[in-house]
Amino acid sequence: MKKIDRRIFLKGGLAGGAALAATGTAATAKGAGTFNGYPNSMGVLVDLTKCVGCRTCEAACNKEQGLPAPDKPFNDTSVFDEVREGGQKRRTTEKAYTVVNRYDVEGREGGPVYRKFQCNHCQEPACLTSCFVNAYKKTPEGAVIYNPKVCVGCRTCMVACPFYVPAYAYSSATNPVVKKCIMCYDTRLKFGRPPACVEACPQEVMTFGKRTDLIKLGHERIKANPGKYVDHLYGETEVGGTSWMYLSDVPFEKVGFDTTLGNQPIISYVKDFLGMVPVVLTVWPALFTGFHLLANRKEAKKKEEENKG
Amino acid sequence: MNRLVGRGFQPITSLTKPDGTRWSVKEKLLLGLTPQDYMAVQMRNPFNWLLWLIYAIGLPVLVGRFIYGLGWATHGSYDYPWGLFLAWGLFTMVPLSASGFMMGTTVELFGRKDFKPIERLGLLNGLLGYLFAVMFLQVDLGQPWRLIYPMFVSLGPAAVLFLVAWHVATYLSCQVAELVPAYSEWMGLPKAKKAIKSIVLGLTVAGIILSTLHQGALGALFTYAPGKVHPLWYSSTFQWFLFLNSAIFAGLSMLIVVSTLSKWFLRWRCDDNFKQNLDQLTVGIAKGAALALITYLVLKIIAIAHDNKWEYLFTGWGQWYVFEIAVGVIVPLILYTRAVRNESASLARLSAFIAVFGIALNRLNTALITFNWKLYQEVPHWREVVIVITVYATYIVVYRAILARLPILYTWKERS
Ligand code: SF4
Ligand code: SF4
Ligand code: SF4
Repeated sequence: MKKIDRRIFLKGGLAGGAALAATGTAATAKGAGTFNGYPNSMGVLVDLTKCVGCRTCEAACNKEQGLPAPDKPFNDTSVFDEVREGGQKRRTTEKAYTVVNRYDVEGREGGPVYRKFQCNHCQEPACLTSCFVNAYKKTPEGAVIYNPKVCVGCRTCMVACPFYVPAYAYSSATNPVVKKCIMCYDTRLKFGRPPACVEACPQEVMTFGKRTDLIKLGHERIKANPGKYVDHLYGETEVGGTSWMYLSDVPFEKVGFDTTLGNQPIISYVKDFLGMVPVVLTVWPALFTGFHLLANRKEAKKKEEENKG
Repeated sequence: MNRLVGRGFQPITSLTKPDGTRWSVKEKLLLGLTPQDYMAVQMRNPFNWLLWLIYAIGLPVLVGRFIYGLGWATHGSYDYPWGLFLAWGLFTMVPLSASGFMMGTTVELFGRKDFKPIERLGLLNGLLGYLFAVMFLQVDLGQPWRLIYPMFVSLGPAAVLFLVAWHVATYLSCQVAELVPAYSEWMGLPKAKKAIKSIVLGLTVAGIILSTLHQGALGALFTYAPGKVHPLWYSSTFQWFLFLNSAIFAGLSMLIVVSTLSKWFLRWRCDDNFKQNLDQLTVGIAKGAALALITYLVLKIIAIAHDNKWEYLFTGWGQWYVFEIAVGVIVPLILYTRAVRNESASLARLSAFIAVFGIALNRLNTALITFNWKLYQEVPHWREVVIVITVYATYIVVYRAILARLPILYTWKERS
């Protein structure tokens, strides 16, 4: 709740000038990084070992979110062979908020690993903290949602998101906005119901629940099946923690996860700059006016001496 | 024009004609030529032909960008949300325009009146650079008509870009005010000039604060992407200071470059005060640039040592980094230093051109080339390149048009 209060306070105090606004920046930043999420926020635990790559979740999301028809039907598995620039697999786009990819892992019994991925709904989202029109919001239920009515289209959130999640409606000339998974907030989460993709999955790959419970569940599952899982719950601590978390039986970096992200929320990397803003604002005016007086005193002295001499 | 002046033509330098009547605005706009002569002069200039060619191709593409959207004009990449429009138009143009606050500080704040002949050029370079950075931003924003949202509709004060938006907007108005004197002389409105004179110190100090913060903020924008910008170009602690520091020599070098171009191509418009002082001033500016460069070089090394990134130097990216530092920092540093020691303005000029190239390389490296170094290299769409060239050509046209008219390169003749 702390963060929200601060926001409201800032909005109230910000009616005026740029200097004030910039001070506000720093004040918020100092507090950032200490926010550990809402206590009752929900999340989803994804067990990669169970996924069979049927893409039912993709279809469910498409329907729930009213997205345009896909280029290839949802039962077409040839999409797994698609490669984009740089040999990359498919990613989220303005037409698909979630995608499933196939990873052939050498030496794994039981064939390839399928990985569903969408917005991870971070505890302290980079997209949210980088947005200069405050379009994003982390709801108490855990979803990271956004207001397309104020999105200017600067695309900083896309630069900031460490998971390369937000897409942009480049195809629209008149109303292009950011597009991403909202954890079915409007239609489901708000009412306490699980997201469409979670519910649609025939393999029960995903478990919907309170984030704190899911963390416990994840670790229990790891313990209950010795040797099966990698002893790590991806998303428990990454970039400050995410609402969606993953279990895997192969090293995470082999199935498309970035394991180099660290545990600090992205905003903590920006703090060195934000912390210096108020210093400049308070010290610079005095400092440079002082310089001016000094410089001119010298000049005045010189003139005096010239006059004497 | 240079040829016309060679034949004895006198460009406008005061409110009144030699016979005592006042120049009309139209005459002033036509540089004191008859419309026929004016057209003839324009047609004779081969550079204008090049501009026509650029516009013939570029304008339709620019219009198309707004009709068909960004997806048509660029690759519409989700992985590279920022393309050439911002990499060049914002991240490179803004540091190259730092000359405004540098010159304001030198002349008005430190009382170095000897830099007066070049002060206005510095201010104009700043103003136009920022103005066109905003133009580039408008081309890049998905919904340019929402530009004022971060100011008045929905505020996100915790974001670095919020600070950039506010500061660039405030600073633009600051710079307009600082150039009001030039305009008021030309239009014959002495009151406006006096009004500005009384607040010039305030404007200058505001300029320093705003510049420090937004030049740094442009760097800080990349600290949001710790895993995406290559570690050699990334420093969570120093990024903002590196950007601010490099903006200082970028702005100074750009000032030397434009003053050199003015000296060559707008010789007719420069008065003796400008021409005679330029060499000495160039060396003076070179001194400032050299100091900024050495600080920058040391800081660059500290940044690598601080995060212990030495091993990256021995990769392919490392070679590219060494190239950037060698050509963009060390070479101009050596040349500037020698230029100062030998008081050689031409050497300083050569150095300035190299330094401007170096800074462009650094910003493009950070924003585009080393960005997503783990993924793949994005090569901008040809339409994107055409649009950048077109907008930049407009920048040059406006720049030249103002230099030819307002008292920037010459001193206005009346006391007002
Ligand atoms: S995964 Fe990306 S888009 Fe989703 S909340 Fe985190 S930073 Fe935002
Ligand atoms: S949570 Fe909802 S919006 Fe997000 S991927 Fe699943 S179905 Fe789509
Ligand atoms: S519906 Fe379930 S099993 Fe099918 S692809 Fe999605 S997550 Fe995997």
